[in-house]
Amino acid sequence: MSLSDLLILLPQAFLLVWASLLLLVDLFISKERKVITAILGAAGLAITLGLTSGQWGSRATGFNQMVVVDNFSVFLSGLFTLAGLVAIVIAYDNMRRTGIHKTEFYSLLLFSVAGMMLMSAAADLIIVFLALELLSIPLYILAGLAVPRAGSAEGAIKYFLLGAFASGFVLYGTALIFGATQGTSLAGIMASIQSGTAELPLLVIGAALLLVGFSFKVAAVPFHMWTPDVYQGAPSPVTGFMSIGAKAAGFAALIRVFSLAFPSLAGQFAPIFAVLAGLTMVVGNVAAVSQVSIKRMLAYSSIAHAGYILMALVPLADPSVAANSTASALTYLVVYGITTLGAWAVISAVENADGGDTSVRDLSGLARQHPWLAAAMTFFMLSFTGIPPLAGFWGKFYLFRTAIEGGYTTLAIIGLLSSLVSAWYYLRVIVMMYFRESEAGASRAPSIQIAAILLALAVLVLGLFPSGLFQLALQALANGVS
Amino acid sequence: MLEYLPLVILISLAAGLAVLVVILGHSFGPHRPTAKKGLPYESGMTPYGPGTRRMSVRYYLVAVLFILFDIEVVFFLPWAVMFRKLGVFGLVEMLIFIGILLVGYVYAWKKGALEWE
Amino acid sequence: MPVITLQLVIFITVAALAIASALGMLFSRNTVYSALLLVFNFTTVAFLYFMMGAPFIGLAQITVYAGAIMVLFLFVIMLLGTEQIARIEQLSAQSVAAVLLGLVIITEAVVVFLLRNPTSLVVTSGGDVVSVNEIGGLLYSQYLLPFEITSFILLVAVVGAIILTKQEKPAGKAVEGEVKK
Repeated sequence: MSLSDLLILLPQAFLLVWASLLLLVDLFISKERKVITAILGAAGLAITLGLTSGQWGSRATGFNQMVVVDNFSVFLSGLFTLAGLVAIVIAYDNMRRTGIHKTEFYSLLLFSVAGMMLMSAAADLIIVFLALELLSIPLYILAGLAVPRAGSAEGAIKYFLLGAFASGFVLYGTALIFGATQGTSLAGIMASIQSGTAELPLLVIGAALLLVGFSFKVAAVPFHMWTPDVYQGAPSPVTGFMSIGAKAAGFAALIRVFSLAFPSLAGQFAPIFAVLAGLTMVVGNVAAVSQVSIKRMLAYSSIAHAGYILMALVPLADPSVAANSTASALTYLVVYGITTLGAWAVISAVENADGGDTSVRDLSGLARQHPWLAAAMTFFMLSFTGIPPLAGFWGKFYLFRTAIEGGYTTLAIIGLLSSLVSAWYYLRVIVMMYFRESEAGASRAPSIQIAAILLALAVLVLGLFPSGLFQLALQALANGVS
Repeated sequence: MLEYLPLVILISLAAGLAVLVVILGHSFGPHRPTAKKGLPYESGMTPYGPGTRRMSVRYYLVAVLFILFDIEVVFFLPWAVMFRKLGVFGLVEMLIFIGILLVGYVYAWKKGALEWE
Repeated sequence: MPVITLQLVIFITVAALAIASALGMLFSRNTVYSALLLVFNFTTVAFLYFMMGAPFIGLAQITVYAGAIMVLFLFVIMLLGTEQIARIEQLSAQSVAAVLLGLVIITEAVVVFLLRNPTSLVVTSGGDVVSVNEIGGLLYSQYLLPFEITSFILLVAVVGAIILTKQEKPAGKAVEGEVKK
């Protein structure tokens, strides 16, 4: 190890140290001044964002080829830190209002973001596994932050048990791949496959186990069972963060591992990816229709969106489509991230002070009392559906285009049809807000309102100028992945 | 294999001594049991109900913290064995490791997790 | 006919003890006895690791599994007050699944032994396959980053254990976990 190694991982290392210090500093901040903890947490993320964006354009490996920092990792790290920042803004108001303001939230969130950033930079299966743990364990804890509430305890324990199970799959897969190729580094695995020294059956089983583990993390059907309960039980700001953070980190690992380590296997895995994607889209969208709770509805919607992204990753092995495939997945992750954070920000503002479940009906008449929140929510729901001028439309456009380019027209049609189904439950939210007479109350905290409005604006701007984001995503692949 | 011989001798000595002491006590001590003597000691009261009782959940926190710090101890062994070869670099590494764990220790202390209320 | 060496005798003794303690754990009606038999089982398995020339894994097995994790097991048993399990009817599906999975593992082992050259599985040299020195040398140079990440994971776990079990305001003395008559 040398100093240059440390420089490569400077953003992650800085964030980890900052989070540890924040944990200590928080112990000495009096109860009335906890806003300082929130600000310090946000500052740490902002500095990390600055540090990581300074690495754009360069490519370097460090720590004996265990991590690689390239545009791909910087792109995703930016997404993770921004999601963390938004989550802090939402959480400060919501957690105080619902009486669960445990300030360890901020440092745990920072640890989780650091884990996600490590995941995006992982070039070795050992780091993939450790990053998975580092990002997941804080999320298990955060899901149980409201623990005297029954739903929170149930969600946390389910998330923990199934998450640990998924980690087990990843670990076992790693062990088998190590056995098959005598190495854990992604480059080494690829070299071993190409030279033909790898033991193929063992390798395929290992890769399949990794796929199962990652599918748990991105909540793809049939590994999605935990999602509704966890999303419903966890505090809303945590759910908002988890819905993009954990998913994007899972996809980061999936893309890295399957495009760097097993490019030759990706072709054989394409049918499996296709089945996963199709099932995920259909089950997610159909199950969302019958949900009463808006939290469960968004949980199933997040499952469906994972399906759309998986659909774009099916032709990953096809060299002519590979770049578009990954770039459209990255684009959609950003678009979906903004939209889901916005939707959860609105739910955080609307939910009762007891922090219990929120039904779609609880939003009725929101437009009268809180026109801005309702307008923002309308943007998010329309973007989720994929209505033209908004970012969600373009995100889906790129995904479907990739699927068709890769020759998976049937899959694209399934996606399109299930999208139509989704319109029903997304539009129901808008109908509730505007055409139902009721007095839906909501938090009037400016922070949460401003966050929701800014996110809605982002959805609009990205929808009006879509090519910029897609170009950025293409550049993210320019010096590393694919 | 042979390098573990001292270990085997140690374990056999420890186990053998324990067995020996029990046998000695049993064979040379007076042995006159009565029903009263056979009762479990309950501060002079006649015991009632089952002898087992549920333990406080606080033990559980102690046990969990014990596991976490126990895992850390496992990392010390290969480090201690290689200490001379690793030199200052290894020392710094371990200091960072301990420093991070110290944060957890201070946190546990300040939160009162080590107190028995 | 293999030559009967001291090593073979020790191995058979330890392995028999391991199997016996595992069976005892399964069939004991007293959960505390089961837990203690499991401790014994872990220790015998640790002996096997030593014999295979992996002393670090053996030591970790004793410290972490037989030591710490079994303490947790025992606490949970005593916490729930389930020292004696009632004779409940076991789900037949469970036993069927257990037998099936057991068969899978046995088949796997047999296949591995038949398909591979068995001698390649035997360690010929008497020395350590993975010595503590070697692990130390690798862990603190090549695998430095994973090692440091581990400490952060443990830190987060400490925080989580405290947050989830420690309530800020104890709601009266009712939280006292002990059963009062």
